[in-house]
Amino acid sequence: MRVQYDVIVIGGGPAGLASALSAKQQGAQHVLIIERDHELGGILNQCIHNGFGLHHFKEELTGPEYAGRYIDDVNNTDIEILLDTMVIEIGEDKSVYASNKEFGYMVLHATSIILNMGCRERTRGAIAIPGDRPAGVFSAGAAQRYVNIEGYMCGKRVVILGSGDIGLIMARRMSLEGAKVLACVELMPYSNGLNRNIVQCLHDYDIPLYLGHTITNIIGKDRVESVVVAKVDEKHQPIAGTEINFDCDCVLLSVGLIPENELSRSANIDMDPRTNGPVVYENMETSIEGVFAAGNVVHVHDLVDYVSDESEKAGKAAGLYVQHGAVKSNAIVYTTPGEGVGYCVPQKIRKEAIDKGVELSFRVRSVYHNVEIHICDDEKEIAKFKREHMAPGEMERVVLPNVLFDRVHGEHLHIHIQKEGVQA
Amino acid sequence: MKELICIVCPKGCHLKVDEANDYKVYGNTCPRGEVYGKKELTNPTRVLTSTVRVVGGRQERVSVKTSCDVPKGLLPSIMDCLNDVELHAPLHRGMKVIEKVCGSDADILVTKDIEAYEE
Repeated sequence: MRVQYDVIVIGGGPAGLASALSAKQQGAQHVLIIERDHELGGILNQCIHNGFGLHHFKEELTGPEYAGRYIDDVNNTDIEILLDTMVIEIGEDKSVYASNKEFGYMVLHATSIILNMGCRERTRGAIAIPGDRPAGVFSAGAAQRYVNIEGYMCGKRVVILGSGDIGLIMARRMSLEGAKVLACVELMPYSNGLNRNIVQCLHDYDIPLYLGHTITNIIGKDRVESVVVAKVDEKHQPIAGTEINFDCDCVLLSVGLIPENELSRSANIDMDPRTNGPVVYENMETSIEGVFAAGNVVHVHDLVDYVSDESEKAGKAAGLYVQHGAVKSNAIVYTTPGEGVGYCVPQKIRKEAIDKGVELSFRVRSVYHNVEIHICDDEKEIAKFKREHMAPGEMERVVLPNVLFDRVHGEHLHIHIQKEGVQA
Repeated sequence: MKELICIVCPKGCHLKVDEANDYKVYGNTCPRGEVYGKKELTNPTRVLTSTVRVVGGRQERVSVKTSCDVPKGLLPSIMDCLNDVELHAPLHRGMKVIEKVCGSDADILVTKDIEAYEE
């Protein structure tokens, strides 16, 4: 195999597939996808439920079907694929150190690298649940893999901590397979999952959702025997006397996702502490010229359709970089999250490099009704967008057309949320 | 008036359905929401996704779905029915596993390609 590529894509999930295809379409010749699993498709392979692709394909697909379409497209090109291959490190000089059973240790070189490593789940350790350490405590995604791909049931009486989408989807999945899901317990006073999933995964199966509650103890010698759930106060501290006991043999944790950036850090790429992902420009380029990033490795998405969009952008930029070199621009505008906004991607915008417009993706910090998203430069308002409903569990996107940037003065673009009709 | 959350797409519109007035739907932002609102109160349906056993592939299970939405009450019988299915790799997306499952209008379709694999 060759050692020099135009574009090396790290990760063969939805982000990597879209990036590679887009780089190829943009004219990159030698494109390689490196994937650590034995097949392409990433997490979509275990997301057997439907609801994917409404934006992208204008129809409702299951996860494997969505991935399958991209895999077919990739297989119809000469994009090279290395499966069962682990990337160990990437260098600032765009070298890629990887290893697999067939070729052993490899040092590859790329003109451009696209980081599409995705994210991983927070574990029991990350949220420090007190109690015993018995078998039967799984992250929801691990359980999903056991049930949907390997064919193992991981419990008969289940308590789920966290009401993110994966937790909700698993509540339904376990119920369908004959388990009794006793409760879905959420620390926050609202759910982080999509409304449709509350309805079709919890309500359909009469699973109670305990908002403002958490698990305060896990009990069991070899296997989980019971858990204690308690109400929490405004500071998320358990309130004595509110404890409820659930006899169960399984606890599933759906308590957040962390972008997987060990490789980005090994290359000294600038990171955003808000997203735990690389700081990116308007074309998804990181702080290293020619290294791009897209998908959940940059910020955690709710919809795979948006992962595909973002990755196409990165792939296109990588293709252009291979052929025309670096983007030349001096004027940089920094997007800065203000009141009510948790983060914003991209973090940096090169005004001269804007194509038709810039799409800003962000999450709000709490639930809002009838509010406006205000976008201001250092002096004045540039744009505002009305929203009837916003929640931290739902990523927001607004598009700022090119012409608006002619009006931006100063180095900052502030994004904040305010009540409708109220002057700042 | 009954309040519902539309599950047709991830947007999750808050619907109001007037049972007294031929199930007129308010609050929907697309035509599919109107259909959902009425159906949810008259004959609620869901698309079912699950897995069935597969032999001769690199994994033990293959994902399947109903080709269209089926009455909610049928879901447990369809799940039972899927327990008895065993497929042989190779499999391709869209392959029909069961026709008109449990008397519904839906077929059970494979949703993932599984290559034949020998240890």
